[in-house]
Amino acid sequence: MRIAVYLPLLLSVIAPLGARPLSERCEPRLATWLLTASALILGVATTISLGLLAITGLIGVPFLAGLGHWSARTAQINDPAEPPVALLAGLLLGGALLTAARMLWRRARSIASAIWDAACMPTPDGLVIVEDEAPDAYALPGLPGRVVVSTGMLRTLDKAEHDILLAHERAHLAAHHYLFVALAGLGAAANPLLRPFATAVTYTVERWADEQAARATGDRRRVARAVGKAALAAHGAPAPRLSTLGFRGVLGRRGPLAGAGPVPRRVAALLAPPLTRRPGLTLVTTACLALTMVSTVAATHDLHDLLEVVGIADHHGPHHLDPDRSNHTASPFG
Amino acid sequence: MGLDSRDSQARGSKRANGERESEILGVLQQAEAALTPGEVAERLGGELTYSSVVTILTRMHTKQLLTRTRRGRAYAYAPVTDDPGFAARRMRTVLEERPDREAVLARFADSLSDTDADLLRHLLGPDADPDR
Repeated sequence: MRIAVYLPLLLSVIAPLGARPLSERCEPRLATWLLTASALILGVATTISLGLLAITGLIGVPFLAGLGHWSARTAQINDPAEPPVALLAGLLLGGALLTAARMLWRRARSIASAIWDAACMPTPDGLVIVEDEAPDAYALPGLPGRVVVSTGMLRTLDKAEHDILLAHERAHLAAHHYLFVALAGLGAAANPLLRPFATAVTYTVERWADEQAARATGDRRRVARAVGKAALAAHGAPAPRLSTLGFRGVLGRRGPLAGAGPVPRRVAALLAPPLTRRPGLTLVTTACLALTMVSTVAATHDLHDLLEVVGIADHHGPHHLDPDRSNHTASPFG
Repeated sequence: MGLDSRDSQARGSKRANGERESEILGVLQQAEAALTPGEVAERLGGELTYSSVVTILTRMHTKQLLTRTRRGRAYAYAPVTDDPGFAARRMRTVLEERPDREAVLARFADSLSDTDADLLRHLLGPDADPDR
């Protein structure tokens, strides 16, 4: 039980370090799938691990054992989960379930009200234009979803750029990107260590839509320009600065982009050659996720065996006990 | 517009521009999809010629009453919304309702920090900035 139950917890500390590199080196569609799966699988696995540790701790408590007629002593001997560890696991489990449930409830309500709003916007072709000087454009999930664009944004961009904007937002709706964001967010709500995965997914869905728009219009530089123009217009009208000092290494590997926000990174990615699928990264990620799932199954199985030994679960089949410990097994049926 | 006035005179129609505009707006609002000038003229039942419909639609587009998308060799027109005030109010409530709301909207261009803006200008060159 020991290694298997702790392995997902250990991986949830290490794996998030790979989230950002994956989001920037792997083709965005594949990256989105890998990152969302990582957040979700690790989130579920770590929650199960906390649950297993808490249960193991509980069955070792003599008072509860007395109430439930099982052997606390056997439990302690077979799986001596330290009481403080079990207590901590129990508290973390409570927190994880609570925040995950709250996030799920909120997001479900937000998506439901977005769908309602989309249905309330009359439009023949899924495009809604609102009178607003402020340049703004977004995709609103719905059945079907809507692309909402302000007149300010339309004025900012030229005709070809309007097509890019539409292709980008329609890609969000067609591929249900809000679901990827929500699922990755759910994993991160259950385990805050996984937050880098959720952040990376919000970036890769934008990249995915950018590349989709580039495919639709056939010009990645033009998409880069449209994204940058829209962002600068939305940013307002700050006094243009003269300094371009310090930006010499913009396209270099360790340039200022390392600390930059998502928009400049998207633009730089579009100006650079397209990313490939990176089989190596994909393999490492899937191997990590497979290891996590195997550990969780093994740990759950171990707990089942322990419950059998102490007499909570039904006996069936052999359980893994050291022969020299079997004399401690006080059968409640005896 | 020469074509337009000749057309009105030919039909002996003295109707005001505004009246014809609202008539066309009504047709577009009832339509399921955006309409080309030919389709609008057809739905008006030959009341106006094709060229005068084009003229009125273009004028309404300039006034930002209509949006247009290219369909084949013509433009197809649709009302900006049924009621612009309604849509603008909706948009504001959509955004201000609750903080989680932002998470389900996919914005074309997220907010920028000042450094990000400088970085973007550098990446794209000077003519990318609409303010210059």
